[in-house]
Amino acid sequence: MRSVWALAATAALSLLAFSTITLAGEPKQGGILRMYHRDSPGNASIHEGATYSINVPFMPVFNNLVIYKQEVAQNSMDTIVPELAESWAWAGDNKTLTFKLRQGVKWHDGKPFTSADVKCTFDMLMGKSQQKFRQNPRKTWYEQVNDVTTSGDFEVSFNLKRPQPSLLALLASGYTPVYPCHVSPGEMRTHPIGTGPFRFVEFKANESIKLVRNPDYWRKGRPYLDGIEFTIIPNRSTAILAFVAGKFDMTFPTHITIPLLKDVKSQSPNAVCRVEPTNVSTNIIVNSSAPPFDNIDIRRAMAMALDRKAFVSILFEGQADIGGTMLPPPQGLWGMPKDPLESIPGYGPDVNASREEARKLMQKAGYGPDKHLAVKVATRNLAEYRDPAVILIDQLKSIYIDGELDVVETANWFPKVARKDYMLGLNLTGNAVDDPDQSFYENYSCGSERNYTNYCNKEIEKLFDVQSQETDLNKRKKLVWDIDKKLQEDVARPIIFHARAGTCWHPYVKGVTVMSNSSYNGYRYEDVWMDK
Amino acid sequence: MFAYLVRRLFLMLVTLFGISVVIFFLLRIVPGNIVDILFAAAGYVDPADKATLEKELGIDQPLVVQYLHWIGGFLRGDFGYSYVSEKPALQEILPRIPITARLAGLALLFSASIGIPLGVISAVKQGTRLDYALRVISLSGLSLPSFWLGLLILTASVAMFGQMPIFNPNPQTYLEAFATYAVPAAAVGFRSAALTMRITRSSMLEVLRQDYIRTARAKGASDAAVNYQHALKNAILPVITVIGIEAAFLIGGLIVTETVFNIPGVARFLVEAIRWRDYPIVQNLVMLIAVVVVSANFIVDMLYAVFDPRIRYTD
Repeated sequence: MRSVWALAATAALSLLAFSTITLAGEPKQGGILRMYHRDSPGNASIHEGATYSINVPFMPVFNNLVIYKQEVAQNSMDTIVPELAESWAWAGDNKTLTFKLRQGVKWHDGKPFTSADVKCTFDMLMGKSQQKFRQNPRKTWYEQVNDVTTSGDFEVSFNLKRPQPSLLALLASGYTPVYPCHVSPGEMRTHPIGTGPFRFVEFKANESIKLVRNPDYWRKGRPYLDGIEFTIIPNRSTAILAFVAGKFDMTFPTHITIPLLKDVKSQSPNAVCRVEPTNVSTNIIVNSSAPPFDNIDIRRAMAMALDRKAFVSILFEGQADIGGTMLPPPQGLWGMPKDPLESIPGYGPDVNASREEARKLMQKAGYGPDKHLAVKVATRNLAEYRDPAVILIDQLKSIYIDGELDVVETANWFPKVARKDYMLGLNLTGNAVDDPDQSFYENYSCGSERNYTNYCNKEIEKLFDVQSQETDLNKRKKLVWDIDKKLQEDVARPIIFHARAGTCWHPYVKGVTVMSNSSYNGYRYEDVWMDK
Repeated sequence: MFAYLVRRLFLMLVTLFGISVVIFFLLRIVPGNIVDILFAAAGYVDPADKATLEKELGIDQPLVVQYLHWIGGFLRGDFGYSYVSEKPALQEILPRIPITARLAGLALLFSASIGIPLGVISAVKQGTRLDYALRVISLSGLSLPSFWLGLLILTASVAMFGQMPIFNPNPQTYLEAFATYAVPAAAVGFRSAALTMRITRSSMLEVLRQDYIRTARAKGASDAAVNYQHALKNAILPVITVIGIEAAFLIGGLIVTETVFNIPGVARFLVEAIRWRDYPIVQNLVMLIAVVVVSANFIVDMLYAVFDPRIRYTD
């Protein structure tokens, strides 16, 4: 009898323990997620911005046609799921992409969502509508889209000039929400209306942004949170102290630098912190249209003088990645593997040998120990620009180049770059989507507005188109590696490193996924909940 | 007295006109405008879009036309729209003024209530250990930058109490409201208190050596009566001047304090507006500050005249 009681007691305890575990792991409804924001975004319109300072607080207001699975860290074609679309299909020799749309979805102001809204959004992005965005930084993404047509209220087709499989990847980005037809671009900058899991409440510049749960959200049971509140704290020290003191549940995504991460962990040992690549590369822009960098030997010498590992160890305590244009593997899908990468001049393990060759090139160009080349290294007056620029200047000394730091305020940076008023510049390039189409066309194609150096190689541009149309993933990857290698050899825009950064949250915050190959796509927050 | 008042008022208006011209043209001398910044943030420059936007915002017009448009609006109370938030500039500025006013008021109160009595004590106890200690404190107050002091207070609060005296937009009680402002006010007021104390001390020392003070003592007046009724009344004039100047100077100190303590006041807002070259905000806000500062100086001058009747006849 005693054994029966013991068995029953054990069973009851096990059941209790199991149920406790289950309860602790089951998402709970309610709570306001408090997060600080690193700066005051210029406006609330994702389509008019080019910084994730806009995506983070406003992506939860919207939906896309398709989106990268929010609970999977690595964005890829395999992780794209329907959102406002229910399904999609390619037709007509891969030149037509048709979406069947979700029915019964409502905008936050109660109006119904239809295919007209999709057409409006993409017509505006392509510059084909009466209404215009004040700024349209991603117009080039849709260069291959001929037009967008609707068939009834719930079907929409993208008709392409040529096949472009990765259009779907661009549509899945946090930068590609669907906007309502009946709200003007001006209103969207100040009071965005979406179909997303959270409704916009208010945006007080330099103060706060408030979102509240959308009770009519089409995905039943989501979001878990009652709301999200962003307090704008531009001072990093204050923001991190406030997180440590428990004023915030979460830091601003990828806001914690590697050196600061130690401070956070020491002051808040229970905090959960993730360090991931941001898919932002630090690179050198070279004015090759004027002396001395119109000389390819000097450009090559400069690229060969780089000790990338030194940058990574000084700035990131070893936690950053070395690669070409595309984010290196394993987080990056398209980055070159180690062997082809190290075969590029300047990427090899022997920095001294590389610099010796660089010095020979400099001597060939007429410079040497007795005749140094004086250059100005221009960069923006922000720490993430200035710090690597200082290291770059130091490294260039090894090949008879005396650099002088030319710090430029943000307001003057792009006008200066656009009028080619620089010799060398240290620049950061963020990639919203880990896909070669986004990176290659935007930064290296002839005439692109973001091709700051005006690098133009028609042969390579043809290869851009070849890889863009390739449907076989492995074949496309090899093409991409070849292109990337050629871009580095041409010193088109020498990549120094790909940064990593940390995001922290308190352990009671659940369901957070930090994307590992983009800083722009993972902020829908409908799966985030608080175990409080 | 009336003629003096009219003269000072006229001077005030001329000063404000000069300030408006300086503000307006200085802002235009600084390279870059809102459109440059918007395109910098977007990472590209489209000349056609840029021109459209410049036209839309009216910054393509001749500077004189822009100035007249602005100053005319300012005089009519039409402050225009913020280039960034696209909301009426006044709607952006007004809610922030009470926040900064409270902070500045508390900081000045802190400065006067700590600086003046300690200055008097330091002067009366000249050469004693207390005097030396107070002088060391005042020197440290002048030497420590308020942003450093602010960060130190925040770090110490988190390390010692696990709490942080950061801005609370919705205080539930008067105590909470006081706590929200008191710590940053103390951080910014510390330097000001140190200065007030030093000025009070030196002014008091000069007055305490005057014959009439000796006479008062000889007549048997108490120490308190001599120090506070006879000496301080005459020593206070330079202190009032300094507090008046400090009231204007505080705005500069508040920029840093508002940033460190994350207080959404006008000082931090002004810096952000300058960063964005948000002309309607910067011009109107600086002009409003100028009006306050010039008015404060006007009031100080009037107080001078009240405290020292000779001024109203000689100036």
